[in-house]
Amino acid sequence: MTLTEKYCDIFSSLLKNSDNGILSRHRMEALGKFREIGIPTHENENYKYSDFTKVLEGKYDFIQKQEKFNADLNQYWQCSVPDMDTRVILFSNGWFYKNNDVVTDLPAGLIICSLKEAAEKHAALFEKHYNRYISQNDGFAYMNTMFANDGVFIYVPENMHVKNTIQLVNLTHGFSERFVMQRNLIVMGNNSRMRLMICDHTLNKADNMVNNVTESFLGKQSSLEVYSIQNEPDRSAVIKSLFFHQSTGSKLINLAFSLHGGMLRNNVSVTLAEENADTNLYGLFLNDREQHVDNFTSVDHAAPGCTSNQLYKGILDEDAHGAFQGKVLVRKDSQKTVAYQSNKNICLTPSAKMRTKPQLEIYADDVKCSHGATVGQLDDAALFYLRSRGIGVKEARLMLMYAFADDIVRQIPVLPLKEQISGLVNSRLRGEFSDCNHCLLNCSRH
Amino acid sequence: MLSIKNLHARINGKEILKGLDLEVKPGEIHAIMGPNGSGKSTLAAVLTGRDLFEVTAGEIIYKGKNLFDLSPEDRAREGMFLSFQYPVEIPGVSMVNFMRIALNEKRKYLGLEPFSSAAFLKYMREMSELVEIDTKLTNRSVNEGFSGGEKKKNEIFQMAILQPMLSILDETDSGLDIDALRVVANGVNKLKNKDNAFIVITHYQRLLDYIVPDKVHILYNGKIVKTAGKELALELEEKGYEWIKNSVM
Repeated sequence: MTLTEKYCDIFSSLLKNSDNGILSRHRMEALGKFREIGIPTHENENYKYSDFTKVLEGKYDFIQKQEKFNADLNQYWQCSVPDMDTRVILFSNGWFYKNNDVVTDLPAGLIICSLKEAAEKHAALFEKHYNRYISQNDGFAYMNTMFANDGVFIYVPENMHVKNTIQLVNLTHGFSERFVMQRNLIVMGNNSRMRLMICDHTLNKADNMVNNVTESFLGKQSSLEVYSIQNEPDRSAVIKSLFFHQSTGSKLINLAFSLHGGMLRNNVSVTLAEENADTNLYGLFLNDREQHVDNFTSVDHAAPGCTSNQLYKGILDEDAHGAFQGKVLVRKDSQKTVAYQSNKNICLTPSAKMRTKPQLEIYADDVKCSHGATVGQLDDAALFYLRSRGIGVKEARLMLMYAFADDIVRQIPVLPLKEQISGLVNSRLRGEFSDCNHCLLNCSRH
Repeated sequence: MLSIKNLHARINGKEILKGLDLEVKPGEIHAIMGPNGSGKSTLAAVLTGRDLFEVTAGEIIYKGKNLFDLSPEDRAREGMFLSFQYPVEIPGVSMVNFMRIALNEKRKYLGLEPFSSAAFLKYMREMSELVEIDTKLTNRSVNEGFSGGEKKKNEIFQMAILQPMLSILDETDSGLDIDALRVVANGVNKLKNKDNAFIVITHYQRLLDYIVPDKVHILYNGKIVKTAGKELALELEEKGYEWIKNSVM
């Protein structure tokens, strides 16, 4: 039996007869596609550097209902950013945590609820956007559509500027190996604004597998900022896919910090569907031991006059592996496109490996596109300059690494968040556990 | 303070310094002049511990210690300072942070209390006034986007902050206009006292109009071939390096 068949079987036994209305219809459709294209392996060009076959052969528990959780998570959660008024929404193994009280006093029109609830209560709106923006050739996205039970649904109505930062905290926990598949849907009305923070944490010591999908629709002139912090133990395997669909004049900032992780794969796919949309993708990954991080981006310039800007940087220590694949497609009629892409990496040891692959396909003629990729070491001349002023070699190396990473950190326009992440990056580089200040979860301590 | 005896050094198998001797005492300013390729910058690099160069013979005693036992950072903490011929740009590292860490590491090494952030900023402002450097520069990343002159002024500014015992100025005058040259020279003149010493490495006599040396050495083909007072620089300017080449051949 192939791995794809194995997961089709699991699906049949778990969910075939469940009736969730809209969700269920999409599940069956996804099953067909999944069977057809299968689980991507290294033979698939897009997954060349990240083959999850081995991890998927493991035995996992699929969490089919919200589990009882003894402790009050809200009490545990103190990972808030100082001086930043965030609304925290917790997820327990992919499920919208029932004690979330964020939904009680929202501004009129703003909807934040569980995906399950949205499919029932806001069916028309939900149906209009759900499962519309995922990639047509990614087996993992179909797998998520098949299995996902819950997640968050956020709808920001026209002209609303959401004041608080919405913070999604995804907790993986339990006594067995968990397979978590969460599905989120975000719909931004015309001229609306929102800032989102997504934190991934694992509380147990098991070999968990995560395959999360977030679809976002950006209405005309809307603005969405997404900041992700991944701080996962070495034994975790995580596939995280973000799909963005941008309308006229909309603006996206997506910034991902991968501080720790066993095997991480971040997919970011953006469709610039209408004119003058602007997208900015940033990523910073800091890996050591045998950690693996693979950032895959795909930007489809499907309309004229759009801009995309990508900057990904990584520092790899010890035996860490990293990969960056960046696809940019500029379609025939997408004139006046501006597309930049840059990936810079530092390998601190001879056994650290980085693979980087820019892929630009340009079919329009009046465009400005550039890409660049480097893999190197710390600058010897700079290191000596610092040492010649009395700074020890260890501190000097840290300063240079921090300076390298700061290129990404300084893209954050919100000062308290910038300071928080700057502190995390700093302590990560110093080899300290990069648990957020005051947080009792101690996510990275195992 | 500094005693160099029979120093030999090479890079990539090529011998550059071939038996160099030099004695520097507190309160002195030494100028080292010489044609291109004579070994001037190699001397500066060997003194400060750049590992591109291999010392094959000789000894250097600095403040009673074998210099080769000290790492580059410990040499700096012991009061050695190099004003680089080509200061390095380090984007992302702020001047304030750079100098605060450097000064506090030195103070820690010497068993002194570190400066608080506020005390350091005050001290940094005083030093920027002393050497007449624009505070706009001190708020930026180290040398990033600085003009040639600004970079050299920044070296002198760092010298003022670190208050070294022995400063080595490696062609600090190259590429400077007359105003920047004056700023650099004024900085040195304000910082010099009876306890510290300077080695000014230069190709031209021009800088020595502003920084008056006690001794002028001519370095040629890896050795000091002539030592005299400040008048030697003028003589060299007049007769050119051919004069030296002919006289030692």
